[in-house]
Amino acid sequence: MTTITFIHPDNRSETVEAEDGATVMLAALTHGVDGIVAECGGNAVCATCHVYVDDAWTSKLEPVSDDEDALLDGTAAERRPNSRLSCQIKVQPALAGLVVRIPDRQS
Amino acid sequence: MNPPGLSAGAAGTSPPAIPHLGIDPFAISFFDDPYPAHQQMREAAPVVYLDRWNVYGVARYAEVYAVLNDPLTFCSSRGVGLSDFAKETPWRPPSLILEADPPAHTRTRAVLSKVLSPAVMKRLRDGFMAAAEAKVDELVARGSFDAIPDLAEAYPLSVFPDALGLQPEGREHLIPYASLVFNAFGPPNELRQQAIERSAPHQAYVTAQCQRDNLTPGGFGACIHAFSDSGEITPAEAPLLVRSLLSAGLDTTVYGIGAAVYCLARFPDQWARLRADPALARNAFEEAVRFESPVQTFFRTTTRDVELGGVVIPEGEKVLMFLGAANRDPRRWERPDSYDITRKVSGHVGFGSGIHMCVGQLVARLEGEAVLTALARKVGAITMSDEPKRRYNNTLRGLESLPVTFTPA
Repeated sequence: MTTITFIHPDNRSETVEAEDGATVMLAALTHGVDGIVAECGGNAVCATCHVYVDDAWTSKLEPVSDDEDALLDGTAAERRPNSRLSCQIKVQPALAGLVVRIPDRQS
Repeated sequence: MNPPGLSAGAAGTSPPAIPHLGIDPFAISFFDDPYPAHQQMREAAPVVYLDRWNVYGVARYAEVYAVLNDPLTFCSSRGVGLSDFAKETPWRPPSLILEADPPAHTRTRAVLSKVLSPAVMKRLRDGFMAAAEAKVDELVARGSFDAIPDLAEAYPLSVFPDALGLQPEGREHLIPYASLVFNAFGPPNELRQQAIERSAPHQAYVTAQCQRDNLTPGGFGACIHAFSDSGEITPAEAPLLVRSLLSAGLDTTVYGIGAAVYCLARFPDQWARLRADPALARNAFEEAVRFESPVQTFFRTTTRDVELGGVVIPEGEKVLMFLGAANRDPRRWERPDSYDITRKVSGHVGFGSGIHMCVGQLVARLEGEAVLTALARKVGAITMSDEPKRRYNNTLRGLESLPVTFTPA
């Protein structure tokens, strides 16, 4: 289990114990964190599990693939340098304490 | 063709028997009310055997999801209908994406993913929303009409062929062609045979429309052909990829929008919630796709002996996935038979899952959201004014007719 904190647009935060090997998207859905819609269920089609990764963590994640990069161009909320799709972030012990912010809209 | 699950093994080690069921999932009586049979299959076992067509069946969410997400074991290149392309000649040249496996599939899928990406949807959004508003204004003015031809068909026909870049002439072939494609996934029953017998003019139209010269610049079709200039696909492949959008891009959304309107007409409490908060439109459409599952079934073919749900399915067998049954599996969904527009519906398999998950799902959602948003803003009440009539197709579930009255908001 790895601790991940989601911060909502109104600054309310939720911390969950996520299962290693799952994705951050699935951790949000499993623990009832609102704001991660994940219309495509994690198949890298829809860009509705968009998050802003806390600056302290961006360099510790796997780099953005070409597919994810193209999808991020279609996010409903503004794309920023720390934008990621949470379905592409694998939960692992090295990410203990990861903080991601949820944008105000996903579609 | 007895599945080995039935053969007796050594005492104590024999695998559980696979239940043989007499259900015909392509019979008119099944289409009229599939839910008792779905339940029977789900409760019988994780894997069942359907003697009518000699196929394995999976109706629980977990097994449907597992089959969808193991495309090398449960392949698509031998056809995603009953017909096994390793044994029978396909009725048309196989699709380069739907009826293909990696690595060939990976290349063609990448092209269609780019053509139908979230970024492209952003550019289409305002036009699709405006067209839905205009359509709903027109229908509110009419008052009483048939929501299938006049809304579920008319709206996608007003936006999708233009987005694709089709010529104005001949569009009347589009829905019959798609209906043919989805009937052809079924067994050699009357629906399939009749569809194929009548297919020649529709096939001729589609083949011609897929050529580069017939596609308007800027549309999805022209974008696909442009990928043959940069070498991602060959010039010979481009028309067949355009054909995929003609096959799967229109009729499916007709059924999806029809399903959503039918749900909202039947469940006034959900309609009231949508009117109170039109921002729920997109999820209300998504939930209708789960609840009605416009695409009910697809087949895969096993490439090896494989264990699934505690039994072994041999190589070369057809496995029928009941997407609609998985989407109402009580093992996965709370109150599965309730239409709930605030449900967290992510994970439903109405668009499939895995590498073959509907590549046009974003277009479908945009159309569905546009129509339901316009309804929520402009319509006060939706009343069914006569009995709905079902339309029969081997793969698609939906209505032929849904007479309704719209009261202005």
